[in-house]
Amino acid sequence: MIDEDFTRGLLEQHTFLTKVSHEDCLCLLCPPEHWVEIAKFLRNEETFELLADLTAIDQGEESEFRFTVVAHYYSRIHHDYLRIKCDCTDSLSPKIPSLSSIFPAADWHERETFDMFGIEFTDHPNLKRILMWDEYPYFPLRKEFPLAGIDTPLPADDVVEVTQASVEPAPMMGGPFVTSGSGPMSNSEPRAKDESWTEEVEKSK
Amino acid sequence: MIANELAYNGKVEGDVVVTKADAVINWIRKHSVWPMPMGLACCAIELMASAASRYDISRFGMEVMRFSPRQSDCMIVAGTVTYKMAEVVRRIYDQMGDPKWVVAMGACASTGGMYRSYAVMQGVDNIVPVDVYVSGCPPRPEALLDAMMKLQDKIANESSASNLLKANPSGSLPAK
Ligand code: SF4
Repeated sequence: MIDEDFTRGLLEQHTFLTKVSHEDCLCLLCPPEHWVEIAKFLRNEETFELLADLTAIDQGEESEFRFTVVAHYYSRIHHDYLRIKCDCTDSLSPKIPSLSSIFPAADWHERETFDMFGIEFTDHPNLKRILMWDEYPYFPLRKEFPLAGIDTPLPADDVVEVTQASVEPAPMMGGPFVTSGSGPMSNSEPRAKDESWTEEVEKSK
Repeated sequence: MIANELAYNGKVEGDVVVTKADAVINWIRKHSVWPMPMGLACCAIELMASAASRYDISRFGMEVMRFSPRQSDCMIVAGTVTYKMAEVVRRIYDQMGDPKWVVAMGACASTGGMYRSYAVMQGVDNIVPVDVYVSGCPPRPEALLDAMMKLQDKIANESSASNLLKANPSGSLPAK
């Protein structure tokens, strides 16, 4: 486990880091200009050789820093995770340096974060969408994007010509479909919160 | 000997069998459906189970799963069809030789299932014409086998001979 001594040492050595309240693993806030430096340090000088996860959070448009990039490092020696967060200074076109030159695993994680949040990772070797298709115009995990989706043409013209298919907002039918997580399986399976549209339940006016 | 009398008797009837072209063509087709396993998500596991010894889809002459569309005539769409994958599904369907059929296996392939989301096509029938829908998430192998038997019934009732002479509109979708 990461102990107090380690934390104190790390914070003394890197004064730009600030400790953030956390419930599980140690969480530190890092300014964007030291983002790569701290990753290098954790990998080469410390034992955090594994980039377990890299993603982002959209705090909503009204926040001062809208987008926060989060990385989880894992140390086989400490047997523990370390979380480093970084607020992107520009909320309109968020940018942060890429970690892919230090952790090859960051490559796809950053592409996914770019795909979902539109955060640009500078110096990334191949920053293009990884889940949605290249021409997709939105960033689906941003707060303003509706879960059901937005009308969008499909990329393949010849297929569209034959099928007239396009991306249409999904019918939510009282959804989203979520599990209650408790009770017998028959009740806890994912289902819409509002089932007034089913035949079994009287329609709520 | 009695069984011989009831069945076709070459001595009495000669080397000729009289029947209808449709009956012969459909009989041949329905007993050699070669599936194209379009395994896109969890339902594909049940599709594999139906091919294994316990459920044994080969009892219906359908065990020859081909991973090349050129060699198969029934696409079993087993799983969640994302919008990104939809194009691929359609292209593979287009590459299959005629006659061809599509089975939408499971809630996802039939309607989008529980994925009411921006990424998932709400039913594969938006992009290919579907012959049989199977409910379930995932459907048990028995349900898939039942669907395949329904498909056999459907094949048995096609007017194949006249279809052979028609200009082929295969793959067009019913108007929305
Ligand atoms: S219907 Fe259910 S089991 Fe089948 S692919 Fe969808 S989620 Fe998976």
